[in-house]
Amino acid sequence: MGAWTDMAFILVVVLDLFLLASSRLGAAIRAVALQGALLSLLALLLTSSGHSLGHMLVVAGGAFFIKAILIPWLMFRAIREMAIRREMEPLVGYVPSMILGGVGVVLSFAFSRGLPLPTHEMHPFLVPTALATVWTGLLLVVSRRKAVTQVLGFLVLENGVFVFGLLLTDFMPVMVEAGVLLDLLAAVFVMGIVMFQINREFASLDTDALSSLKD
Amino acid sequence: MILRALFQIGLLLLLPPLLLGVVNRVKAIVAGREGPPLLQLYLDLWKLLHKGAVYSRTTTWVFRAGPAVGLAAIATAGTMLPVAGQPAIFSFAGDFVLFAYLLALARFATALAALDTGSSFEGMGAAREVSFASMAEPALFLVLVVMARATGSLSLSGMLGPALAPAWRAAAPALLLSAIALFVVALAENSRIPVDDPNTHLELTMIHEVMVLDHSGPDLAFILYGASLKLFLFAALFVRLVADVGVAGIWAAEGVFVVEVIGFALLVGLVESGMARLRLTRVPQMLVGASLLSVFALVLLLR
Repeated sequence: MGAWTDMAFILVVVLDLFLLASSRLGAAIRAVALQGALLSLLALLLTSSGHSLGHMLVVAGGAFFIKAILIPWLMFRAIREMAIRREMEPLVGYVPSMILGGVGVVLSFAFSRGLPLPTHEMHPFLVPTALATVWTGLLLVVSRRKAVTQVLGFLVLENGVFVFGLLLTDFMPVMVEAGVLLDLLAAVFVMGIVMFQINREFASLDTDALSSLKD
Repeated sequence: MILRALFQIGLLLLLPPLLLGVVNRVKAIVAGREGPPLLQLYLDLWKLLHKGAVYSRTTTWVFRAGPAVGLAAIATAGTMLPVAGQPAIFSFAGDFVLFAYLLALARFATALAALDTGSSFEGMGAAREVSFASMAEPALFLVLVVMARATGSLSLSGMLGPALAPAWRAAAPALLLSAIALFVVALAENSRIPVDDPNTHLELTMIHEVMVLDHSGPDLAFILYGASLKLFLFAALFVRLVADVGVAGIWAAEGVFVVEVIGFALLVGLVESGMARLRLTRVPQMLVGASLLSVFALVLLLR
């Protein structure tokens, strides 16, 4: 049991690094979906220490449905409609962003011990995984040009927040978490519409086009 | 004891060409061809050793020394590698550094010989080989450091010896990550397909094969044999790391080891059949990724 939880956390971090390296949007969306599925699995794996099972089942099921099925489906639809397959020229290259991601992983694993937490740590990898995932999400949001990849970065960021939230499941009512998931879904919907607008206006999803003046 | 050491040397010297035979056979079968016989490389080596060598007038002794130094360095590295969990012929604390740098010395000699021909084509190959090697080397070192940290030993014999099984129980995720990194490094170091295509000749995308175009006769035999020996070294390292099967008796363990090494060749053949060569710009990305995996493994071990 403990080994499986370890592996799930490590796989989440490896998927972060993979996302920083991948230029194909399809593979990146699949990786985000797999990360979402792993998070719901983690929510279940961490239950065994005596929370109410029903609560965790709702959280895990909701996370799985929204993060691993619904949002990836929407993203695949988006890239199909807009006929884009890959991120061409990121602002920060793939090798530098991988190295930055690696630095983030190392720092979060090295220093997370010293952080004061409001509750006891359920698993030694929980906080560093959350920090590394949030860091990866931030990197993806600021260093990629295409709106689709930026949305993926936002999703990874949210995944990191979700991991951190697992720490607080004791205190959080189901309604709050359901609300967070719904917010996420709504945000992706809005971003989908925005992406569609950008695409129609500029015939590309390059967000740099937004900052150039036009008559 | 002496008998076992002799057997180990024999295994080290005789088995490697078979591995490349297995790899090529697997690739041929997957592609629907019959393929060369398994022992083809032995026959090639025999043929080449009986031929004379041709040397260009522009080359110096560096060119002639290249293949010999390369083969000698790789064979010396081989004596430090434990076979089937038994201690290696030579071992001392820190021998993994010497192991890695003997492999680097072999590459250095080959690259110098390539530059010595004065051909711009070979210079290009040498530049590529060295620049990719500079990224494969940290990855290899990090893998070895992870193993040293997990087993608490500084020699290859200790890392791959009896301490490995408890290390797997204590730190399986870290060792698994470094095993994946080691496989990537093995493919890159041996110029196998995702990095370099060993079958192409006279193509502007090739790396390792460019450097050996001017060698002929016994020199070429040394280079081909050295390449197969290097593949064998990485195979031995990898199978020992991932497939540490506890078998009673030394000879049974050696037998299992031979089967595992051939299994590694099958795996390499399948990877080569299933993948296309990566674009040159993607190769550093793959190697940096391998380094990152082993950095992550090291962080997991250190915390």
